[in-house]
Amino acid sequence: MNFMASKQPENSLLSPESDSQRTLYPYVTGTSVVALKYKDGILMAADMGGSYGSTLRYKSVERMKPIGKHSLLGASGEISDFQEILRYLDELILYDNMWDDGNSLGPKEVHNYLTRVMYNRRNKFNPLWNSLVLGGLKNGQKYLGTVSMIGVNFEDNHVATGFGNHLARPILRQEWHENLSFEDGVRLLEKCMRVLLYRDRSAVNKLQIAKITEDGVTISQPYSLKTYWEFSAFENPAQGAIGSW
Amino acid sequence: MFRNQYDTDVTTWSPAGRLFQVEYAMEAVKQGSAAIGLRSKTHVVLGCVNKANSELSSHQKKIFKVDDHIGVAIAGLTADGRVLSRYMRNECINYSFTYESPLPVGRLVVQLADKAQVCTQRSWKRPYGVGLLVAGLDESGAHLYYNCPSGNYFEYQAFAIGSRSQAAKTYLERRFESFRDASRDDLVKDALMAIRETLQGETLKSSVCTVAVVGVGEPFHILDQGTVQQMIDAFEIVAEQEGPAAEPDTDAGQEASAEPEPEQGAAAGEGVAPMDI
Repeated sequence: MNFMASKQPENSLLSPESDSQRTLYPYVTGTSVVALKYKDGILMAADMGGSYGSTLRYKSVERMKPIGKHSLLGASGEISDFQEILRYLDELILYDNMWDDGNSLGPKEVHNYLTRVMYNRRNKFNPLWNSLVLGGLKNGQKYLGTVSMIGVNFEDNHVATGFGNHLARPILRQEWHENLSFEDGVRLLEKCMRVLLYRDRSAVNKLQIAKITEDGVTISQPYSLKTYWEFSAFENPAQGAIGSW
Repeated sequence: MFRNQYDTDVTTWSPAGRLFQVEYAMEAVKQGSAAIGLRSKTHVVLGCVNKANSELSSHQKKIFKVDDHIGVAIAGLTADGRVLSRYMRNECINYSFTYESPLPVGRLVVQLADKAQVCTQRSWKRPYGVGLLVAGLDESGAHLYYNCPSGNYFEYQAFAIGSRSQAAKTYLERRFESFRDASRDDLVKDALMAIRETLQGETLKSSVCTVAVVGVGEPFHILDQGTVQQMIDAFEIVAEQEGPAAEPDTDAGQEASAEPEPEQGAAAGEGVAPMDI
């Protein structure tokens, strides 16, 4: 509430009214995305949860989408900003197709375009509140990269966002190798997703795994991971605790 | 072409459906000094004749590097050519910055053609008086395009523009089938031969021409005068022998192929390298 008459124009960054013009915090968010390169292309996994703060509110959010013929985009963070990015990319791919020549934007080009968009928004103090994973392949060349909401971008053989960076990447660093088979890749991703399910409070047990190969994109039907909660250490956890806590 | 009542501005059609101002702009291209281009599967070579206003002045720059994978040779109003080269460089650099990838040459020529078309449909503009031979590489291989002042563009295996370009075109038409699989050096030699055709009698020296190459693994660059002179020297001696053989070549078909051979055999005996082009 502004009790004092503001002498600043509405669009000045110094006046409080301008704050409603830029993103301050996210509302509906997705959690980690994990991806790795395998023999035939890229494998990516993300759960289908959309959290509203601490509430696990939406449980059928598709956080991975194909982009053009050669790329796959996974996002964590603000879901509405992800949808906005999909609109930008849709327009980009549309104009690319309208040239109607033999050329098409590959994953490297899309990744760099996204980096420019994210960084420019960050410079205006109005970020798109997402961490993106862009994977794909073109002419047999595999590509996997990531961009954060402040425009930090890099490529690697395996990438993750959010909690995935802390819980999944150490597993990938140990167990990833060149030319993983499809089954081994899925097994590795499931291992990472299971750890995230146990330890990330915003994770939901409903996930999809997407793959992109020279033949195109396939996103699996949603499924759940088996979990085990019968560890004796978790039985009667309050026993032996000191105090009323 | 003669003056008529429909040629005052570019936005007036003639009853025969022609835009005379655009055609006059194409005339300007024909007046400029020659530029030629030829390509193989992996390389494109551009060459041009350097015409200086007087012995005291330097010659105008007619070949421009647009990006590592694209170069352009111009004929006509070189000032217009310079401005268009700057536009092309800008487009390439902006694309590279956004996508970290080279701009496909096919897209650049379309943008260039659309830019030229605008000037054929505004009463306060005039068409660009320059023809551009755009040489470039993209995912689908090596390409050579010709951009007209009319806003049209065509892809070529080999082409020549500017004054006395018909002589070069005739030479290229005879030889173009061999270009696709030619080696880079053979392609440069063919370019020099084509330039020589446009000189019509004048000796071919590296000071008279400029040659540039772009290819797979070879960024666009202009060959230095020393290299060019060496290549000229390498085939000049042999070319002199081809001179007398060329005449029976045009007259009789198969007989001519037998005639140059004994001549070469005799020449080899005298210590001259056999013709390898």
